[in-house]
Amino acid sequence: MTATNLRVVPSAPAPARWLGRVLAIVVLAFFSIFFVIPLAWLLLAPTKSTTQLDGQHGESPFSFGSFDQLAHNWNQLVGFQDGVIWTWLGNSVLYSGAALVITILITIPAGYALAMTKFRLRRVLLITTLMVMLIPNTALALPIFLELSAIHVFGSPLAVILPFSFFPFGVYLTYIYFSTTMSHDLLDAARIDGAGEFRVFTRIAMPLATPVIALVGFFSFVGNWNNYFLPFILEPGSDQIPVQVGLALLISSTPEFNPTNVAALTITLPELAFATLISVAPVLIIFLFSQRFLVTGLTAGATKE
Amino acid sequence: MFSSGYLLFLLAFGIGPMLYALYLSFTANGAFAGFDNFVRVFNDFRFLPAVQHVAFFVVIWLVTLIVLVTILALVVHGVRTRWLSATTRFLFYIPGALAGSASVMLWLFLLTPSVSPVSGILNLLGLKSFTQIVSVENLPVVFTLVAFWTGAGGWIIIMYGALNTISSDIMEAARIDGAGPLKTAWYIQIPLMRKWIAYMAIVSLAGGTQLFVEPKILNLASRGVVSEQYSLNQLAYQIAFGPQADFNGSAAISIVLLVVAMGLAAFFVFRGGLFDRD
Repeated sequence: MTATNLRVVPSAPAPARWLGRVLAIVVLAFFSIFFVIPLAWLLLAPTKSTTQLDGQHGESPFSFGSFDQLAHNWNQLVGFQDGVIWTWLGNSVLYSGAALVITILITIPAGYALAMTKFRLRRVLLITTLMVMLIPNTALALPIFLELSAIHVFGSPLAVILPFSFFPFGVYLTYIYFSTTMSHDLLDAARIDGAGEFRVFTRIAMPLATPVIALVGFFSFVGNWNNYFLPFILEPGSDQIPVQVGLALLISSTPEFNPTNVAALTITLPELAFATLISVAPVLIIFLFSQRFLVTGLTAGATKE
Repeated sequence: MFSSGYLLFLLAFGIGPMLYALYLSFTANGAFAGFDNFVRVFNDFRFLPAVQHVAFFVVIWLVTLIVLVTILALVVHGVRTRWLSATTRFLFYIPGALAGSASVMLWLFLLTPSVSPVSGILNLLGLKSFTQIVSVENLPVVFTLVAFWTGAGGWIIIMYGALNTISSDIMEAARIDGAGPLKTAWYIQIPLMRKWIAYMAIVSLAGGTQLFVEPKILNLASRGVVSEQYSLNQLAYQIAFGPQADFNGSAAISIVLLVVAMGLAAFFVFRGGLFDRD
């Protein structure tokens, strides 16, 4: 003990504090590696051949293969079943894109109405929205299927787009946004000036709502793009599925995971990794470029408490 | 009326499906059947194992999530260097882009010793093959790993936001009273984060019971080592789409899952205190 005490210069932080700092750095470093390593591997895997990926000749898992190999894997993947991956990507764009537009159109006015206007059943609608928002969307997938199959509407794009457009969390976000940032006085002033309710909304509320529109759009698009269960049960045809569902189909064409596969055209592991990367590329890019504003969205509730 | 479009969707894809599933679960061929459908699926030999699988996963998942997210949020919040704190939060969050089947696909590779970048670690743990790794007793840990990798970052950001709302006066007072970082965390920060930890626990608990895509993809990749009826949602799917084509039984399982989710949501909305701003 005395030895340690001797080394402590009065102005320096106590050893316990140093220990705490070192511990904090170790924890952060460990978890940063844990979160980043899989992604780094995924970015590099498509540049390799199967043997390079295996590392049988001593290649590091984090080495770069070659651009030729990347191009080769790309051609193989795009050639698989006459470019079915394009169909899947197109479906994803169609479903998530159309749902995005409808979501914005119905969600923003609803959140506005809940926050800024008084109407009958307002409180009921608000509580119902909160409840449904907290229910995981997978819990509603099978009931939605049962309902739609009763009226024989499934297998068409609308069978996915319409349920995708129901987004209570977006209504809640909009409600929070308007009720914390917009003053009733401003709206009342416009009303006194003779503006109708519709005009008040389009001329005053909408221009101020851009941040929350972007936020709702982001969460809706990302959530729908990555949704698996709902399109999996509602779109039975293999040319109607979005890419996230198609990804799982590729597994059965990958000999490593399914040796019984005898089809001539198979998917190798680097190609499968490539497909995984492509399937999330749009979302990954959005994540990279909307980092700051995303954090605002996630903490919207927390900071306005 | 500004909310009429939304109201329509709420009825068609929120309330409607719930009521229709409720109707199906209590009828057979359109006639009232009491609890027959429920009794039938509860007695299905696949039902109890599915409940156990899901329960086991949810327990491990919740404990891991609550402990690690709280610790990581506190540590990240304690970092004084601004860029370092922002960078770590960003790195933690990025895997969230892969939520859904992509993250499970990626973990397929990570858990296949021949191609895994961490095959050294797998070897150390005595794990030699993919089928061995996805054996039924390991699955709750595997699913926890995937779910934590994908989802923890978002929660860490939310907790970080909550920590930022604690007034600097309180933190300063604690420091002057001689409380170190550990005491401050335990007596001040964690109690003030409690509402948000509860929110995370409830959302994750409800989400965990819905387990579907993870076992579904492992089932495809392991040639049936992972069962096709591992989770409750998979079983509900099988009952409706399998040879039984039993929509009423499937609806009964959906209703059970919905009741759990609604119960948690109601508890939180009315007791949690997070949403009472109206």
